[in-house]
Amino acid sequence: MAMTLFDKLWEDHLVAQLDDGNSLIAIDRILLHERTGAIALYGLKSKNRSVVLPKHVFCTIDHIVDTMPGRPNKARMPGGEVFIQALRDSARSAGVTLFDVDDPNQGIVHVIAPELGIALPGLSVICPDSHTCTLGALGTLTWGVGSTEAEHALATGTLRIKKPRTMKVCFDGELVPGVVAKDMMLHLIAEYSASGGSGYAVEFSGDAVSSLSMSGRMTLCNMAVEFGASTGLIGVDDRTIEYVAKRPFGVRTELQSAATNYWLQLRSGSDATFDATIRICASDIRPMVTWGTSPEHAIPLGTSVPGKKKRDQVDRDTSIDKAMNYMGVQSAKNISDFTINGAFIGSCTNGRLEDLRKAAVVLKGKRVAPGVKAICVPGSTQTKIAAESEGLDKVFLDAGFEWRESGCALCFYAGEKGFAEGDRIVSSTNRNFEGRQGPGVRTHLASPETVAASAIAGHIVSYTSGQED
Amino acid sequence: MTPISTVVGTAVCLLRDNIDTDTIIPSREIKVVSKTGLGPSLFAAWRYLDSEKREPNPEFILNSQKYHDARILIAGENFGCGSSREHAVWALKDYGFDAVIAPSFGRIFYENCVYNGLLPVVLELQAVLGIVKQIETPGISPEVRIDLLRQHVIGPDGIEHAFEISEANKEMLSSGLDHIAVTEKYIDAIDAFREKDREKRPWAYL
Ligand code: SF4
Repeated sequence: MAMTLFDKLWEDHLVAQLDDGNSLIAIDRILLHERTGAIALYGLKSKNRSVVLPKHVFCTIDHIVDTMPGRPNKARMPGGEVFIQALRDSARSAGVTLFDVDDPNQGIVHVIAPELGIALPGLSVICPDSHTCTLGALGTLTWGVGSTEAEHALATGTLRIKKPRTMKVCFDGELVPGVVAKDMMLHLIAEYSASGGSGYAVEFSGDAVSSLSMSGRMTLCNMAVEFGASTGLIGVDDRTIEYVAKRPFGVRTELQSAATNYWLQLRSGSDATFDATIRICASDIRPMVTWGTSPEHAIPLGTSVPGKKKRDQVDRDTSIDKAMNYMGVQSAKNISDFTINGAFIGSCTNGRLEDLRKAAVVLKGKRVAPGVKAICVPGSTQTKIAAESEGLDKVFLDAGFEWRESGCALCFYAGEKGFAEGDRIVSSTNRNFEGRQGPGVRTHLASPETVAASAIAGHIVSYTSGQED
Repeated sequence: MTPISTVVGTAVCLLRDNIDTDTIIPSREIKVVSKTGLGPSLFAAWRYLDSEKREPNPEFILNSQKYHDARILIAGENFGCGSSREHAVWALKDYGFDAVIAPSFGRIFYENCVYNGLLPVVLELQAVLGIVKQIETPGISPEVRIDLLRQHVIGPDGIEHAFEISEANKEMLSSGLDHIAVTEKYIDAIDAFREKDREKRPWAYL
């Protein structure tokens, strides 16, 4: 019987089946960042262990590094420098690669890994960070793990893990113009809940997925964790092969054809069976935005905030009320009626070059509405350099956006001055949890196009409806 | 890590869905590169009126006298979703929790629990709701008993509710062993795999 992509990758990395029901899976690349990585390296050192494959370990400084232009060598949270210094010290003593703050390869870990060819099809990659699933877009076997599991992988080159079940999420047909990858994920999570993918390795497929650019595919896989999935992945095709060619840490020329041959079989057989399948008609999807404090609280733009959660049959919790309360939204009110005071474009979900280009198309020749604090933070230093060479920085700056150095920045709050309590932000990030972007800050997740259009309008609108305004 | 077989103690309920790891411990609370001393940061945004001054919020359930010695936390769906930060587990442990019961968990959080000896119990929603109802009834002692080896939870009314846990996780929790040491027993298998793999996928090696 034909195998699924996940089963193929699993089989090729399976070192041993353990008696306790776990498997030992070989790990090809380990990525670390200052927030959770230093502690893994420290843990290892304290037990007198060393890194088994140091050349396969890459560290970056992204989470709490300052992103203000001309950034000094400091963190954006008070005292955060200790994490940066700890990663520097521990990376050096472990003999692994570090992309320091001023390194042209610096950037958000999940953005630089594909950009630099650290993540490739058919490799297994872990990082103590939940959005590691982003890399599944290349046909890579990935896991976000905890620091202790990272320590285990550094020491042994393996991960102990129970095999998840497989799920296929098939987006059939074509997307309506104006609908993008972010909308696909918000639609899926709104329909099937933030834990709908729990226990599954989720493969995204169907025509609407094949038609996506690599950047769009990364957005899909990035949000697999917001769907509760163990990981996300997408089969390899010509677009993948073309994307990974000639990356600095990619495959050496003499091994290229062997690699390509291997990569081309990395897709699910047409009659492969999955433990679960979800089919979505791509043309049903509309530009989406969240109204509440979970990515599952998403609705099509221009519609009203719902009353009760559909699947909520038991009268058990006040989650919905609490979410509305926190967000300051009322049921039956149109989501477009809420005035915003912030707009954020960036993050590992939507901070790649293509995202910035798309937002720039919307922003060109326009100005953000008065009272809107608008910020753009490129996902990596390479992205920033490329964007500037195309003049995108000027478009953002002319529109009234801040243009910053690369990093996670306001994707999450680390204690710095940023958005103020009660501020309503439209954000191209992945989490709208309470306090995610600052205490009392209200986050509405949307695509970069929608963020840009909303920044101009001063309230939440899609690109297309913004045009008609 | 201390081996676990049973956890008996006061249970406290935070019955909300999707409580994420940033709510369990806000990022700004993580100030040192260390796994210890994180208890006071637990649920900081909810627990304090002013988290800098540590002024307790009387409305927050953990601050109520009835639950001052809570060892078991009962939560809603998808508990521990979000960021992979292991600090969420370290903070719960440091505060004094030995177990968390929820209908479902964030995957990474669940695994972090297992590696740190915080017992994660996946219990059916109906059973969770039943136990919560008893605990919150005035006059009833909010005591819950979790038996890991026999895989059941007993609420104040004495009724047993079975729960599922994989053999691997049960063994890790009940033995308290260091997982790296456990894997090192497979060192020959790992070496043999790498040797074959270098031939099969030479391009995967730097
Ligand atoms: S951009 Fe946001 S979601 Fe992505 S790695 Fe950074 S903090 Fe995490």
